[in-house]
Amino acid sequence: MGRGASKALWAIAGVLIIVYTLFPVAWIVSLSFKKGSDVQNQQFFPTEWSWENYKTVLDSGLFTSALRNSIGISLISTVVSVTLATFAAYAIARLEFSGKKLVLSMALAIAMFPTISLVPPLFDLWRTLGLYDTWIGLIIPYMSFTLPLSIWTLSAFFREIPWEMEQAAQVDGATPWQAFRKVIVPLAAPGVFTAAILTFFFAWNDFVFGISLTASDAARPVPAALAFFTGESFFTEPTAAIAAAAVVVTIPVIVLVLLFQRKIVAGLTSGAVKG
Amino acid sequence: MAAISLKNIVKRYGDGYPAVNDVSLDIADGEFMILVGPSGCGKSTLLRMIVGLEDITSGDLSIGGRRVNELAPRERKLAMVFQNYALYPHLTVYENIAFPLRLAKQPDETVREKVEKVAELLELKEHLHRKPSQLSGGQRQRVAMGRAIVREAEAFLFDEPLSNLDAKLRGQMRTEISRLQRRLGTTTVYVTHDQTEAMTLGDRVAVLRKGVLQQCATPRELYEHPVNLFVAGFIGAPPMNLLPATVTNGKVELPFCTVPIPSGIDPAAAEGKLLVAGLRPGHFEDAAYVDAAKRNRGQTFEATVDVTEWLGNEQYAYVPYESPEEIRAQVDALATELDMEAMRPQLIISLDPASRIKEGRPAQFWVDTSRMHLFNPQTGNNLAGQREPDTQPA
Repeated sequence: MGRGASKALWAIAGVLIIVYTLFPVAWIVSLSFKKGSDVQNQQFFPTEWSWENYKTVLDSGLFTSALRNSIGISLISTVVSVTLATFAAYAIARLEFSGKKLVLSMALAIAMFPTISLVPPLFDLWRTLGLYDTWIGLIIPYMSFTLPLSIWTLSAFFREIPWEMEQAAQVDGATPWQAFRKVIVPLAAPGVFTAAILTFFFAWNDFVFGISLTASDAARPVPAALAFFTGESFFTEPTAAIAAAAVVVTIPVIVLVLLFQRKIVAGLTSGAVKG
Repeated sequence: MAAISLKNIVKRYGDGYPAVNDVSLDIADGEFMILVGPSGCGKSTLLRMIVGLEDITSGDLSIGGRRVNELAPRERKLAMVFQNYALYPHLTVYENIAFPLRLAKQPDETVREKVEKVAELLELKEHLHRKPSQLSGGQRQRVAMGRAIVREAEAFLFDEPLSNLDAKLRGQMRTEISRLQRRLGTTTVYVTHDQTEAMTLGDRVAVLRKGVLQQCATPRELYEHPVNLFVAGFIGAPPMNLLPATVTNGKVELPFCTVPIPSGIDPAAAEGKLLVAGLRPGHFEDAAYVDAAKRNRGQTFEATVDVTEWLGNEQYAYVPYESPEEIRAQVDALATELDMEAMRPQLIISLDPASRIKEGRPAQFWVDTSRMHLFNPQTGNNLAGQREPDTQPA
């Protein structure tokens, strides 16, 4: 087989995979522009493009409060989780303490728990503690499920940074905290962003905790809220409106990925040491 | 600027192995001190103890008369250049050099002034806004030095700063470091395993072996009066010839000739003993090229050359000889310790480049016996004993 033929094969395979993965997304987008009973038009494209569903969705208090909850809860869990993970990972990468292996394997074990198995005990516990249907009630489980992965990712990044970086900073007059903040964290930035994005996605896309640990607009995030969605009237199926809502919540995720993709890819450590 | 004093410094690791054992050194204010030795001799550990990156197991370290054993690196006010430079890759050259000043919270105006002065000194002006990854090895090296000299540190510490550069650049940077240190007059401790650097840069050189200080003296003193076999074998390239020598009737019998015992050695004490004689390649010459004035200091002998190497400005001849098992084992062990290969015994002779001695034919050589050293093969000590050490730089 010649080089050209193999290249063409790769291209065809690539296109097939892109079509396969993007088709459902395209379908949702097209569905979200279908007006009223156009949903049943048995075609891929709407007969008439309309913003009606977006208007319905954004006008409904149910959706906007859910969007607010989702953004708030996801951002807070991300910031807290990544900050804690950065400290923990630094300690794991740099300090010698007994039980280091245990901490790491425990963290991994937690990440392997099926989420659903934690829902009943958490439900009971949160009811007793008064955390049921609050932001905190969702932030805590999100953090406990994303911390292990963040710690693993970040400690791998910290281990890659040569020891001399901190030592040079300390000789230059930095306290250990300054060395960490001014030298190590900027160098580990790609790792921090990776961890942040993974955490944000987990919180943003979660449905299980969102639906079982909330009861009202006070804390219900978007994926759970969509299940409670009704259309314009109680009797119409809200398919198109749900599609519009789905498009609205997908946008921030895409924007985030595009924004941070560069940061993740950039090899910041190049040039640190001899080359 | 300050003097650094080490008193009975010991570094013992968890397994009880002493990486640095009872080292005492006084480094004068403004002095350029070299720590040298083969890999694993503890020279880098010693440097890292001075700067505070390694704990001191026992002993006293004082900088400028103040005991600093327990001080954190930032409180010791020393500047260090790391082997791999340890530049901050996320900062520009300007910010890399400015880093210590920023930590000291100096105003922007002062920072700019100082960084530009240093950049001028190190010819880094046009690179100030680049990142370290865009620089060549030599430029990175200069940035690392810039970061060290930008704040007026008590002393500079260098940890094999040139070992990552290629040979040509290394020579240039060596001169650069020397010029800089003379100009700034700052106390400097410089670790290297390269004896050219050791000999050319240092006011004094401290030779370490397995964590123990062997000799600390001026380069000239080390070369001409090594205290033991280790220093004798380590200093000098090509290395000193270590020949078996037997003392009989106050004369030293060498593989090729018999020579009078050097002055300063008690003939009675050495009588009948098997010793190691140390003669540098430069102490030999083609008998035809010896000045009449020098001739009396040594004597001539005949030997057959195996191989000659002509390098233009110098010429070496290799003459194989037989050595008793006892001496040979000693010399081989020393070679292994100095990261060299144990070779069959051969005399290395430095000849006048004009000499036309032919390989495979007997020829007349001359040896300057007045500069011969005699070592005890068991202890390795120089029989002439230790001369009065040069305490101050020349």
